[in-house]
Amino acid sequence: MKQLFTNRKPWLFLLVLLFLAYPFIVGQSVYLISIFVMVCVYAITAMALDLLIGFGGQVSIGHAGFLSVGGYTVAILTTKLGLPFLLVLPLSGVITGIIGLLIGLPAVRLSGNFLAVVSLGFGLSIPQIALNWDSLTGGYSGLPLARPEWLSNDSQFIYVIILMTVVIIWILHNIVKSRLGRAFVAIRESEVAAQATGINVPLYKTLMFVISAFFTGIAGGLYGYWIGFVSPNDFSVFTSFLLLGMIVIGGLASIPGAIIGAIIFTVLPELTKSLIGLTNIIIGIAIVGIILFRPNGLISLLEMFRIKKPSKKVMDEQEVYLSDLEQGGAARDANV
Amino acid sequence: MLTFKDVTVKFAGVTAVKDLSFEVPQGNIYSIIGPNGAGKTTVFNCISRFYTPAAGTIDFNGKNILKLKPHQVIHEGIARSFQNVELFAKMTVLDNLLVGLHPTLKKNIFSISLNLPSVKKTEKESIKKAYEVMDLLSITDLANEKVRNLPFGYQKMVDIGRAIISSPKLILLDEPVAGMNPVETKKISELILRLKKEMNYTVLVIEHDMSLVMEVSDFVTVMNFGQKIAEGTPQEIQKNPVVIEAYLGEVEENAQIV
Repeated sequence: MKQLFTNRKPWLFLLVLLFLAYPFIVGQSVYLISIFVMVCVYAITAMALDLLIGFGGQVSIGHAGFLSVGGYTVAILTTKLGLPFLLVLPLSGVITGIIGLLIGLPAVRLSGNFLAVVSLGFGLSIPQIALNWDSLTGGYSGLPLARPEWLSNDSQFIYVIILMTVVIIWILHNIVKSRLGRAFVAIRESEVAAQATGINVPLYKTLMFVISAFFTGIAGGLYGYWIGFVSPNDFSVFTSFLLLGMIVIGGLASIPGAIIGAIIFTVLPELTKSLIGLTNIIIGIAIVGIILFRPNGLISLLEMFRIKKPSKKVMDEQEVYLSDLEQGGAARDANV
Repeated sequence: MLTFKDVTVKFAGVTAVKDLSFEVPQGNIYSIIGPNGAGKTTVFNCISRFYTPAAGTIDFNGKNILKLKPHQVIHEGIARSFQNVELFAKMTVLDNLLVGLHPTLKKNIFSISLNLPSVKKTEKESIKKAYEVMDLLSITDLANEKVRNLPFGYQKMVDIGRAIISSPKLILLDEPVAGMNPVETKKISELILRLKKEMNYTVLVIEHDMSLVMEVSDFVTVMNFGQKIAEGTPQEIQKNPVVIEAYLGEVEENAQIV
């Protein structure tokens, strides 16, 4: 029984299965499916943002800007250039990644509050640019776009979204567990030590922005294809703050945390829709409450559960460690 | 192996290091000692390329390292530990050591994203290497502890471990036993001697603890106010009147103030 809890693989398998079966479970309800799509879009974005903020320690409060760029890329490339879906979706990531590179370059020299202001400026300016660059973006009226015929049905396209979400979770998990992820955390913890261990800090900071923007762009692209329409009002600065809230309440520097946060902050506004005007207050209360009582996010509840049942090996290790400490202490007394 | 020639470092008018020249021979344990503010850590920060000297050259195996950026220094085979342990506090001991292996690992972002077998293989090898280093430092049982939960002495060990894991040619240790008790100090001095004898490392040490300096050093340079005031074997240094004056002189000055 214990093994069932400690072995993650069957749980992961079950989760993916649930994911795939979701459209059938909810019985093709358009409303529940569109909530599910938004959960996927926000989960991808929250994970990408978490890579930047939680793992890399670089603040961005304009990430909704990257979502918009992804959405508009898809719309412009499909409508104006007539490029095929299989090319456009990766391009939405690539082009947003290039924008991320442009934002990431000054980020190398900035940190903390200054970086936050720069990213906020970016998040504020993207909707304005979309609004005023009529010839490219269609201005206030936005841009319509059509999915290719073989994906025109929502119940087909949702599997593209599910597949992309699962693949991106897997890729980000790989990145975080690799030397790349360790380098990002190292930069967050101590830039001086990171440099001394051979990490090219400016390069990796820029890389963080590019990777984060790339996946956010794909999320924006998926959103654009799903709705079939992009407009300047899709992702505002409020979305950026909501994304920040997601990764904070889920737990920083944790991929499952970002997903949990995305689920909660996508579902919560839907549940409170009938209480007009109260949605933001409830979101605010949720954030404050979780920061007060679970400062490490909801994911820390899981870790608490894990500590309660330490394996025998951990117990032994702790004993060795403690006895070592005692010896050190005793030796110190003897010397005094 | 490492050659300082007439190195001068200035911070807005303050001369931290003046016309410093010395050479660290291969396979030796070389110590730099001196009162607080003598410019010892500045010397290290020049080697790590955090500071750039106003004048002079620093050569490592005949190569001018002043052209390098801080993150490139380790590729030449120079690793360092820090005076105030600059560890990655929220990472585990194992992860800290793995970051130390950063320069030696595979770089391709695409193979990392897809977790290709080659990436898995190098990851396994590096974890094995990390456990070897932890065995050497006898901290294996702390592998999965977060570094910030460890006592200071163990943190110092991890800092040193992170420096030696990349198999550098030269190891810079900045006050490795500061804040340690005599037992821990003994452990570290044994470790430094082992690094030299069993693994043929060259070690450059900054230290205040004279018991450690006298025990491990092959050669000692004494600095005061940014200048070299004496050099020689530990025995010579102990008897050198200039050195005694530098240390005792400081005591006298303090006495007057009190």
